[in-house]
Amino acid sequence: MHIVIIGNGISGITAARFIRKAADHSITVISAETDHFFSRTALMYIYMGHLTYEQTKPYEDSFWKKNRIDLVNAWVESVDPAAKTVRLSEGASIRYDKLILATGSKPNKFGWPGQDLPGVQGLYSKQDLDNLEANAPDNRTCKRAIIVGGGLIGIELAEMLRTRDIPVTFLVRENSFWSGVLPAGESAMINEHIREHHIDLRLGTNLVEILADDTGRARAVTTDKGETIDCDLVGLTAGVTPNIGFLDGSGIETGKGVLVNRFLETNHADIYAIGDCAEQREPIGNRRPVEAVWYTGRMMGEAVAQTICGNRREYKPGHWFNSAKFLDIEYQTYGWVMSGKNRGPRELHFHWRHPEKKICLTLAYDSKTRQLLGANTFGMRMRHEVFDAWLTEQRSIDAVVRDLRVACFDPEFHRDYHPLITRAFKEHEPVNA
Amino acid sequence: MSLAAGPPKALNISQRLAVLLGFSGLFILLLATLGVSFPHTAAWLTASLAAIALGVVWFSWSAYAGQSAGIKNDGVWFKSISGRGIWAWGLGILLTGFYIVLYFYPEYLGLVSDGPNRGLVALFDTLSRALSGNPASQWFVYGALYTLAILAFGIKFIWKYRHNRYEILRTVSVMFFQLAFAFLIPEIMARLNGDLPYYDLKNIWPLNYYNFERYRVNGFISAGNIGLAMLIFGVLSILVITPVLTYFYGKRWYCSWVCGCGGLAETAGDPFRHLSDKSLFAWKVERWVIHSVLVFVILMTTAVIYSYLGPDNSKYWLSRGQFLTGVGVLLTAVFAWVMAFRRNELKKDARYGAVAYFVIILGLLAFHWLSDSRHVFLFKSETLRTTYSFLIGSIFSGVIGTGFYPIFGSRVWCRFGCPMAAILGIQQRLFSRFRITTNGGQCISCGNCSAYCEMGIDVRAYAQKGENIVRASCVGCGICSAVCPRGVLKLENGPREGRINSREVLLGNDVDLMQLLNEK
Repeated sequence: MHIVIIGNGISGITAARFIRKAADHSITVISAETDHFFSRTALMYIYMGHLTYEQTKPYEDSFWKKNRIDLVNAWVESVDPAAKTVRLSEGASIRYDKLILATGSKPNKFGWPGQDLPGVQGLYSKQDLDNLEANAPDNRTCKRAIIVGGGLIGIELAEMLRTRDIPVTFLVRENSFWSGVLPAGESAMINEHIREHHIDLRLGTNLVEILADDTGRARAVTTDKGETIDCDLVGLTAGVTPNIGFLDGSGIETGKGVLVNRFLETNHADIYAIGDCAEQREPIGNRRPVEAVWYTGRMMGEAVAQTICGNRREYKPGHWFNSAKFLDIEYQTYGWVMSGKNRGPRELHFHWRHPEKKICLTLAYDSKTRQLLGANTFGMRMRHEVFDAWLTEQRSIDAVVRDLRVACFDPEFHRDYHPLITRAFKEHEPVNA
Repeated sequence: MSLAAGPPKALNISQRLAVLLGFSGLFILLLATLGVSFPHTAAWLTASLAAIALGVVWFSWSAYAGQSAGIKNDGVWFKSISGRGIWAWGLGILLTGFYIVLYFYPEYLGLVSDGPNRGLVALFDTLSRALSGNPASQWFVYGALYTLAILAFGIKFIWKYRHNRYEILRTVSVMFFQLAFAFLIPEIMARLNGDLPYYDLKNIWPLNYYNFERYRVNGFISAGNIGLAMLIFGVLSILVITPVLTYFYGKRWYCSWVCGCGGLAETAGDPFRHLSDKSLFAWKVERWVIHSVLVFVILMTTAVIYSYLGPDNSKYWLSRGQFLTGVGVLLTAVFAWVMAFRRNELKKDARYGAVAYFVIILGLLAFHWLSDSRHVFLFKSETLRTTYSFLIGSIFSGVIGTGFYPIFGSRVWCRFGCPMAAILGIQQRLFSRFRITTNGGQCISCGNCSAYCEMGIDVRAYAQKGENIVRASCVGCGICSAVCPRGVLKLENGPREGRINSREVLLGNDVDLMQLLNEK
């Protein structure tokens, strides 16, 4: 059996590896992005000079031959489910028995005037990074950068540019950074931290237009506050959408992404979709139908590999978790801590923040049962296994605070904030704003 | 400008001035080396060392103090010095040259064996006399500069990692052990008791492979009770102290908290840690080379001790026969224990290697026991000793190990050559409570942990599988945990049960585990 995988990101490659573990099928991975799998999440470290591109590759180049995974560097132009072929842009076709779509995302563009000008870019692919190296190699070529969109990629891009001393103006539509996801206290702390890093954070500000110079390059932006800000780079980081344009007319059902059931099967037998480009027909718990997250891509890759190798397995993500780093502050989340309007009437929050340092903790719990719903930590590390178990056993917030030390994953000799947290918990007024 | 790709990282004015100050200190040392004789050597030496130390500290303050605490490896690969650019090659050649002169041509540094010193060594005479009462040797000069490097760059390291108390405490520890145990105490001991051999108490055999040579053993014995206590401490430190500490804390108690070689690698070598080779090939080479050095040092020490023991035990407590039998029995006991209780923890090639080495050593012992020749193991013991001392003691640990920091990374010697690290590593792998744990399914395979592992361990390969890391080579520096942007790694001492855990499915995917087991 010949299995063709389009996309060599974490989803596609995880699928390939687990298929190889379980079976002897021939496997072909097609990607025009890079010859070999690299860690997309590490792209920022290449620009910052922490890592070389080679160091972002989790496997040595000899790995693929040894594991008999064929790599094809090409763009896929279209898919023909009836003939079971994919057509490459050079004209060649590849026949498949099973096809896995793992094509990931592309940066969102909301129809801003000037959004396709040279000097305007997102940050997702290796090509985006190469563009950035050309657009903003140093602070003489790029005298100011504008970043549009207040999420994880936006703050990463801001951090990257600051390591080359490039002035950054960060336009965030919301009144506080990532406030659609983070509760108010946490979001406020990150606002402070962004400004500490000399990033010109403009909250509640929208992009109106990107202006071009004589040569057609982006030279400035205008905002809905009536300002015009000169710049040499505009980073569009207002989220991503599934990268599925090449499927138009193939008969594969799509919504925002490729529609799949819980077994990651599309409307065509023998075609599956995983990772960022897949959209669940039925929502799974509180999760969004399209989840552009590293871990879920990996889990879908594992699940689809089992299904293809004759061990049909549902994609069944456990408790939600995620992590990120905001400049110098590490963030972890387990379970659900809802922000603003998303919060249900019975969800209460215990929020603790260190009096001086940028360290805080939010525990969400049910006002009636006192059951733990989720945890957000900033500047402290928690043990995944422990929180996973606590969420499964529906432990009460009181027991969680009492045993918080068990969940600590900070390095040895770290300062123990547990006494401060316990005291604060005894005195806290439940927040449900 | 860097030879490596990428934008140059410019220094600011304050950093430039700091570099100027530091280099002016080095310039004084250079002039002395070239034969300029200074009046008031004490003042000039103080000025030189102070300028170097202040230069480094000023530079660090300028680089880190204004920034918020956190990992700042910005531009490491763009800087010529840390990105294998022209400055790196230049520094590498300079350091290598210094080591060659130091080990083989100390007269160029001004060492005069029958008369007053000249040049660089003479500059250090006053300090040496103040400490031990003797004129300086090239080793005193080296020791003083080595200690200076660990102290000054230790401060830099602490500044860089000030958000991490594990790193701060560990660095204070290596700074203390270098200053007190390696530098001051031996000199002062020599002053108090002229008969005692120079003994850095934290240097344990086989790292100090010369500890049981005849002149030292005689020195210990003739120095009375203190000497005898030190000799006994030397033996106990190998057989008792080391295994006990390693059982509880892993080899890190030594390699990254106490050892001088480790101390230099962690402080002065920190800007080069990402240069270590992480390929599978390098890993294979490492395992064979380091264990071969260990076998070599065991044979060599056995031969050296054997060569001065007599046929009966009138002069020392042991006769030749008793000694060889004792070595054979000890090695057999260790080997038998490993094969009986820990063979499953070793991969196939490690088992083959262990058996092969064991057979070789026992074969040589038996050969010698039966033939009773004047030579030991076909060679003269002196030949073995000088070969080891030249190849391993000088070339490997000094010239390559430290001289090539800017090219191969900071722990080449610790990783490929140190027999002490090999012994501790075997202990760590087989019976220690130490491991690096990974945090469920949080790893994003970014590769910072692997890149900044000075021992060339591909940490990411374990972390992305959710596996604990129990590698023999890990020195427990904790940098993988520090640089991880997702808080996935943690150094832990814990129960031995479940220390090596290979999960089929990472946390996050809810699978029916019983069903999964039944399918297998």
